[in-house]
Amino acid sequence: MTHPTDRELIDFVIAEARMLDELRFNEWLELFTEDGIYWMPAEWGQTDHRLVGSLMYEDRLLLTVRVERLKGNRTFSQKPKSRCHHVLQVPTVDSRNDEAGEYQLYTPFHYVETRLDDQYLFAGWARHTLVRLDGRLKIKLKRVDLVNCDSAFGSIQLFM
Amino acid sequence: MAKYRGNPDSVRNLVRETEVHRDVYVDPEIFDLEMEHLFANTWVYVGHGSQIPNPGDYFTTSIGAQPVIMVRHSDGTIKVLYNRCPHKGTKIAIDGCGNTGKFFRCPYHAWTFKTDGSLLAIPLKKGYENTGFEHCEAAKGMTPVKHVQNYREFVFAKMNDNGPGFEAFFGDSLSSFDNMIDRSPAGKLEVAGGVLRYVNNCNWKMLVENQTDTCHPMVAHESSAGTARDVWKPYEGTGKPKPMAVEIFLPFVSPYEFFEGMGIRVWDNGHGHTGVAHSIHSDYAAVPGYFEQMKEAYGEDRAKAILGENRHNTVYFPNIMIKGPIQLLRIFRPLAANKTLIESYTFRLVDAPDLLLERTQMYNRLINAPTSVVGHDDQEMYERAQEGLAANGNEWVNVQRLYDPCERDTPVAVANGTTEWQMRNQFRAWSKFMTMSM
Ligand SMILES: [Fe+2]
Repeated sequence: MTHPTDRELIDFVIAEARMLDELRFNEWLELFTEDGIYWMPAEWGQTDHRLVGSLMYEDRLLLTVRVERLKGNRTFSQKPKSRCHHVLQVPTVDSRNDEAGEYQLYTPFHYVETRLDDQYLFAGWARHTLVRLDGRLKIKLKRVDLVNCDSAFGSIQLFM
Repeated sequence: MAKYRGNPDSVRNLVRETEVHRDVYVDPEIFDLEMEHLFANTWVYVGHGSQIPNPGDYFTTSIGAQPVIMVRHSDGTIKVLYNRCPHKGTKIAIDGCGNTGKFFRCPYHAWTFKTDGSLLAIPLKKGYENTGFEHCEAAKGMTPVKHVQNYREFVFAKMNDNGPGFEAFFGDSLSSFDNMIDRSPAGKLEVAGGVLRYVNNCNWKMLVENQTDTCHPMVAHESSAGTARDVWKPYEGTGKPKPMAVEIFLPFVSPYEFFEGMGIRVWDNGHGHTGVAHSIHSDYAAVPGYFEQMKEAYGEDRAKAILGENRHNTVYFPNIMIKGPIQLLRIFRPLAANKTLIESYTFRLVDAPDLLLERTQMYNRLINAPTSVVGHDDQEMYERAQEGLAANGNEWVNVQRLYDPCERDTPVAVANGTTEWQMRNQFRAWSKFMTMSM
């Protein structure tokens, strides 16, 4: 079996951001493994997701609720629908474990989300744990650390 | 020209039996008067003793618009000091939690103060000799907030001499605090897991009212909790255990009858709670080992009584809400007439299984975070209301549901769970505490 090149890993992360910017949320969900997690800590350098509060710590079920909600006819906070925009620094492959088929990437980003006439800017770092499953890359964990993770925010409705 | 300042009748006229004038939500002058009067004449929550366990530990926060420091004094008591140096006004501490040792030191000119606020030392003190310094305001040190009460480690303060004493202000409503605390086998809570902070562009009172608004969940949260129900549906009855998150979401879309039956209790001075008979928190799965611990600590009957009480939201007037069964406290901080900061604090039940704190954290991020879909539903409604109130066609907000003319003479009562009595109760208290020092 051939192992993914660094370039393929990097392209995966870039393609994922594009998918979000194009609001292809159902496809995006499919990028996660069955036990995949999207984690957005609320504490700087957070290590505990269980007993310390997070902004998000969501499995496929909860992410599906979000994606379905965004489409809902009575989802009033999405009338009109929000849009989002990522600018990524070129991802770094932090570690490769070809034997286990597990790879870690580090991607500083700027992210903009809209609501009505306003747009909100966030900056942070995405850390992807990707795994190789049936020849395809999947997200086992996407951890998003905001530079101001402990600030008081307005609503964040889409995905970084 | 001031419309409301120095004119208590005009303030009283904003609150009718079943309607309130929009100015209570949108008028900046009313907001300023709230900060001067309402938040000074009432007992306002400051913080929890577990945030400052040792002498010298402090926590910076605010009471209404007033910056304050809550500090553990050398004798173990808790003091609340206005957060400004008596010299030039510099805030003494701004960094949340810390330990200041035996004294506070102003970072500007190194004036120092004991942890009860009294002046300790000034560099080059002889520059004040023969200037009459001992008679000036600055010589008194940092000003303490006059009235402070520590109720089982929940610290409240009242800035004015006006207004009732602590016991008279809260009365039997403290039973909700008791129940939350008694849920610990040790009878003790600790602030744990950080705080989630969310800014909404609306008046703080909209959030307080929403805490006992039981006719909105099945409507406004159809998008979030309703979607959770639909996404979970295919798994229902397949033997797959119901995830904790689903257990948290589902009751939000219970039918009207559920909320009618749960009941609302009101207490004097604007306090009240939903969930008298049962609540959205009643049917959570048991946490292994917890009941045994409670039985050990309290005996079976008392343990059952404590855990059988599942109050939903208890509002403590003016601006906090607690959830006993979830060990959560939310502060609705007024920032401007149209801007509110919501801080949601979570507590560990000392000596109880970690799984309870895990549920508390999950509840907080699913329901109260700026990333919460339930939060998004609510925020949208508040902000639309804040903007909609600009419409001149009607200047009044309606709080009439299940109104009973006897209410004014009934300070404590239990009513149908969809009544807006608690909102009326809050506005009666609002009118009273706004005007008592005008
Ligand atoms: Fe709500």
